[in-house]
Amino acid sequence: MDGELSGRSRETWLTERARAPWRGFRLWLLCIPGMFAFSLLNSTLSLLSIGLGVFVLAPVVVFVRRLMNTYRGLLAQWTGHRIERPYLPEPVPAPDEDPKSTGARLRRFQWIVTDPATWRDFAFLVADPFVATFTALLPSALIVSGLWGWILAAGAGDMIVQAGGNEWYAFIHVGAGEQWPAGAAVLGTVFMALGFLSGPAMLDYYGRWGRVLLGPTQASRLALRVRHLTETRSDAVDASAAELRRIERDLHDGAQARLVAMGMTLGAIEHLLDRDPDKARLLLAETRASSAKALAELRDLVRGIHPPVLADRGVGDAVKALALDHPLPVEVNVALPGRPEPPVESAVYFAVSEMLTNAAKHSRARRVWVDLEHRDGALRATVTDDGQGGATFEGGTGLRGIERRVGTFDGVLALSSPPGGPTVVTLEVPCEPSPPTRP
Amino acid sequence: MRVVLAEDLALLREGLVSLLEAHGFEIAAAVDNGPSLLKALVDHRPDVAVVDVRLPPSFTDEGLQAALEARRRIPGLPVLVLSQYVEQLYARELLADGSGGIGYLLKDRVFDAAQFVDAVRRVAGGGTAMDPEVISRLVARTTRDRPLGRLTPREREVLELMAQGRSNAAIAQQLVITERAVTKHTANIFGKLDLAVSDDDNRRVLAVLAYLNH
Repeated sequence: MDGELSGRSRETWLTERARAPWRGFRLWLLCIPGMFAFSLLNSTLSLLSIGLGVFVLAPVVVFVRRLMNTYRGLLAQWTGHRIERPYLPEPVPAPDEDPKSTGARLRRFQWIVTDPATWRDFAFLVADPFVATFTALLPSALIVSGLWGWILAAGAGDMIVQAGGNEWYAFIHVGAGEQWPAGAAVLGTVFMALGFLSGPAMLDYYGRWGRVLLGPTQASRLALRVRHLTETRSDAVDASAAELRRIERDLHDGAQARLVAMGMTLGAIEHLLDRDPDKARLLLAETRASSAKALAELRDLVRGIHPPVLADRGVGDAVKALALDHPLPVEVNVALPGRPEPPVESAVYFAVSEMLTNAAKHSRARRVWVDLEHRDGALRATVTDDGQGGATFEGGTGLRGIERRVGTFDGVLALSSPPGGPTVVTLEVPCEPSPPTRP
Repeated sequence: MRVVLAEDLALLREGLVSLLEAHGFEIAAAVDNGPSLLKALVDHRPDVAVVDVRLPPSFTDEGLQAALEARRRIPGLPVLVLSQYVEQLYARELLADGSGGIGYLLKDRVFDAAQFVDAVRRVAGGGTAMDPEVISRLVARTTRDRPLGRLTPREREVLELMAQGRSNAAIAQQLVITERAVTKHTANIFGKLDLAVSDDDNRRVLAVLAYLNH
């Protein structure tokens, strides 16, 4: 679809007008499955009166929605009006509930009936044949009628009139012996020119109409947003709780245990100081080594929570520092106008860090490239490797986890990893950078 | 030997002052923030500066920035940077001007007073003192696919100590081998890494680091 959209911008004035009538005609043809869907939906609704509809409505509506989504795709492709899917999310059944139980079915029914998008789809199906005929179909109809004018002028009009048929083409008499037999051809040419010139505008009108009824309302947009925020919030809470547990465990098993051991050893040293100074000296050396290890562990722990370079310099230099420590040669390009909000910075940093780890562990790559840039109000990080490819979201490489974490900031993750490579992972997090603090 | 000291934790600052004074250094100034560090360095022009990376007011790499700026104004000013963390990125920036007289150590290293003071003296003398942690991470990273992989374990040990800024005599003592053996290893290392042999302690270390960093 993207290819088609960018293709549209490359269309010349001429090709755009040449294609529009044909596209409009195909959009009008969509009315045929639309009318089938309408009658299906209509009969299901009438079944409601005898109660049966409650059980049939959900599957029928799901089918209709699938069809409408195809419409949305084609509308976006041919008219350039991108239409978001407006449907409210399906209620999630409780884990111990049978999805076939009456309660679950009733809830599905309620979900369908209370979603305004259901009724808006219905309204679209009712009105579309008329609207499509007077907008999308119009240019091609004008061109066909223009062609008909030519055929009449070429002599077909004569034959029809002699056979007792209609003797008018619009307001022009097409019978034999008229003073101006070429009139039909001229009018036909005018029709064709109109059809040709009005094509893109008519498609645009049709696209607007589609967006009015097939797009989300303000309310459903809000409902979708609330659902998204609820999900990402619970992800964020889970992730930070897990992180706290890890830190607590690391402190408890590491530095804390070492300090206790050091305290005990110091006690022993105190005891040995007079009786066995040599042994005491030995233990002192051990204690010093222990304290160095405790410090090293604390350092690693802090580095895992908030890496010093990230705190000092921001995500650009922090990623450069990561690259220096990476086992593979990593080329880093940073083009950021300033520093994003610290939480965004941190999320992007850890995401890139994990992607680099993935590249080192799974990809068998020889080189890695990282690009950081700020574009269209979002911080974008791209990690490319020349490895074997074949990475998936389900591949156990933690991509799903990264996706969830950047999801907390409305970020998105895109993966391209054909077998044989290369693997390109791109993540985008919307943010406004603050101006640089240092010149 | 005159020292300018920058450390924001009062306890550690006083400890460093008394440690250095006990070893015969003269403390020209002991400051606790970035701007006064830069001013002290430019005013006093000490024989060596001992600087904490993270300083007020921003509590980011203010100390490092002040040290780099001071070295821009007074080329070759010896600076020993102390930090809770050693970052290769910062090590590179410090070494970037190639004029020597640079040290970058973990704060823990002050535990061993003798070694720490030795490092301060080396830096003051225009030498290098890189933390073993920086060096070992550099070496670990570079061994996988570079000529460094051709070094024997002993040669790698010698290289690490050399990169920290130790003299041949010190390396010989630490590894319990003769100085002649160290010289032989050094020649092998330079051969394997395609580095020109040089007598100058400091320059050879910079050459090694430049190689590791490239």
